[in-house]
Amino acid sequence: MRMLLPIVIGILYAAGLYMLLRRSMVKLIIGLGLLGHASNLLIFVAASGRGLVRGGPPIIPAGSDRVAGPMADPVPQALVLTAIVIGFAVQAFVLALFHRTHRAVGTDDLDAFTTTEES
Amino acid sequence: MNLLLVLPIVIPLAAAAACLMVWRSRRAQRAIAVVTSFALLAAAIAVFAAVRERSFLITELGSWPAPFGIVLVADLLSALMLTVSAVIAVATTIYSLASMEARHERFGFYPLSMLLMMGVNGAFLTGDLFNLYVWFEVMLISSFVLMVLGGEKEQMESGIKYVTLNLISSSFFLTGIGVLYAVTGALNLADIARALPAAEQPGLVAAIAVIFLVAFGIKAAVFPLFFWLPASYHTPPAAVSAIFAALLTKVGVYALLRVFTLVFVHDPGFTHQLILLIAGLTMITGVLGAVAQNEFRRILSFHIISQIGYMIMGLGIFTSFALAASIFYVLHHIIVKANLFFISGIVHRIRGTYELKRLGGLQTLTPFLALLFFVPAMSLAGIPPLSGFFAKLGLVRAGIAAGEFPIVAAAVATGFFTLFSMTKIWNEAFWKPAPESTELPGWRAAARVMMVPVIALALLTVAIGLGAGWLFSVSLEASEQLMHREVYMRHVLEAGSR
Repeated sequence: MRMLLPIVIGILYAAGLYMLLRRSMVKLIIGLGLLGHASNLLIFVAASGRGLVRGGPPIIPAGSDRVAGPMADPVPQALVLTAIVIGFAVQAFVLALFHRTHRAVGTDDLDAFTTTEES
Repeated sequence: MNLLLVLPIVIPLAAAAACLMVWRSRRAQRAIAVVTSFALLAAAIAVFAAVRERSFLITELGSWPAPFGIVLVADLLSALMLTVSAVIAVATTIYSLASMEARHERFGFYPLSMLLMMGVNGAFLTGDLFNLYVWFEVMLISSFVLMVLGGEKEQMESGIKYVTLNLISSSFFLTGIGVLYAVTGALNLADIARALPAAEQPGLVAAIAVIFLVAFGIKAAVFPLFFWLPASYHTPPAAVSAIFAALLTKVGVYALLRVFTLVFVHDPGFTHQLILLIAGLTMITGVLGAVAQNEFRRILSFHIISQIGYMIMGLGIFTSFALAASIFYVLHHIIVKANLFFISGIVHRIRGTYELKRLGGLQTLTPFLALLFFVPAMSLAGIPPLSGFFAKLGLVRAGIAAGEFPIVAAAVATGFFTLFSMTKIWNEAFWKPAPESTELPGWRAAARVMMVPVIALALLTVAIGLGAGWLFSVSLEASEQLMHREVYMRHVLEAGSR
């Protein structure tokens, strides 16, 4: 796990950027989604301080005043959860926007989007 | 527990909810919007007055003490930004009463602009990095919808560009937060600033600083990350592009000012020199881009970029006088730029086009509007005694004092080209005889209302010019607070123990 997740994150970033650089609008959406997932996973892994902790809930047992043993940091998980929710809403908007744009412009090719560049 | 700081966030939220409840009634939504914007202005002035008195206002949300819970912090910079954006909210609301088409109003212009204000105010007030990300997203999602409000083909195209680049910026921001949390274990800005020196990983910290520079640089539209701005700002309705031009990039500038004075100050030889270089390139590319344009709002859009260069120039020089000049510049620019976009909207209302080639003759048609254009245009170019002159003067003096002569030369040259651009608009739109004398029916009645905020902002520009000494001394106090970050950190981190 320790090596696997960073590699997965790297692949996600690379794939996301590659998709963003394509000319197709659909691939652009996928690319944005992949970038979002990559940064979420990065927070999850990198922000867990001394690595991921399995089976160490951050709960103080009854009768004690500190957590026994290593614990999983709950903050990054809260962050990722928030980021996922925001990302979901934004993706929904982006899908709707792209659908409308496709109907208005009539093509999936981003290079044809030149109306706003002519002056 | 100080509830005053919650008002600038809660007021627009409540107003947006109220607008949704009266979705079918345009009149009720308009009334709510007007009342809300004035309430927002009152709240912002109250915050400003309280900050002047006590120098820091801190609210711990949910009464969780500082590094654990989210805090709202108002220092002088936040209070100034809040106040000036509330002024823009009032002006835009009044302007949109006469300028927005019914179909735009029916599809939620008012609730969306209220939510936009909520995001902007939240970003100015929060003292927590992740919370800043959330406010950015609130602001962005409202701006996405406002950008494509009306659904014209070119709005859709520009919307795609705007949305894509801003989402990339958000993912950079999120990545930066993740890595920074890994290094410091903190999210509260003051706590990060405290924990960062102990990290002892200068290479990693510099990399994080650059990630944040890219993330906020895209929002602030600096060179070479500005391409979304001139591609999109000239497509939405005039009131929308005015509020975007005034506030959105400035939130990015605010975030840069905040983060690069509070958190990333360990290696100014690298980070702040980089910012200074970017500032110079932003000024020059922006203003040269504007020279090549022939459309009213596209010229203005490129000028936003060149002006952003000035704003971060003070941050790059990184003395308290230079920062004060930057803050002064931001305040002046918000008012002037909104006003110029308002005027472009009035011109569009009269002639039905933004193309300079097809404009003309407005000087004889409505000399008063010509005069009103003259004030912000000359202020933007930096002609005394208007506000822009003092803003530029401050930056140039700070640059000379710091021995940064290339950036001073760039700033002066950019001012010259700005004057050229404004003269071009003046000549083409107002002075030359009209090539085709189209006048849209009913423009006089509409323009009468639309001119109210224009007059108010023009007077404000003159007032800032005349009262530059006072505003500059306030900006200087604000920059002193930024330069003495240990005071900010102490106030935030010890707020719970008081």
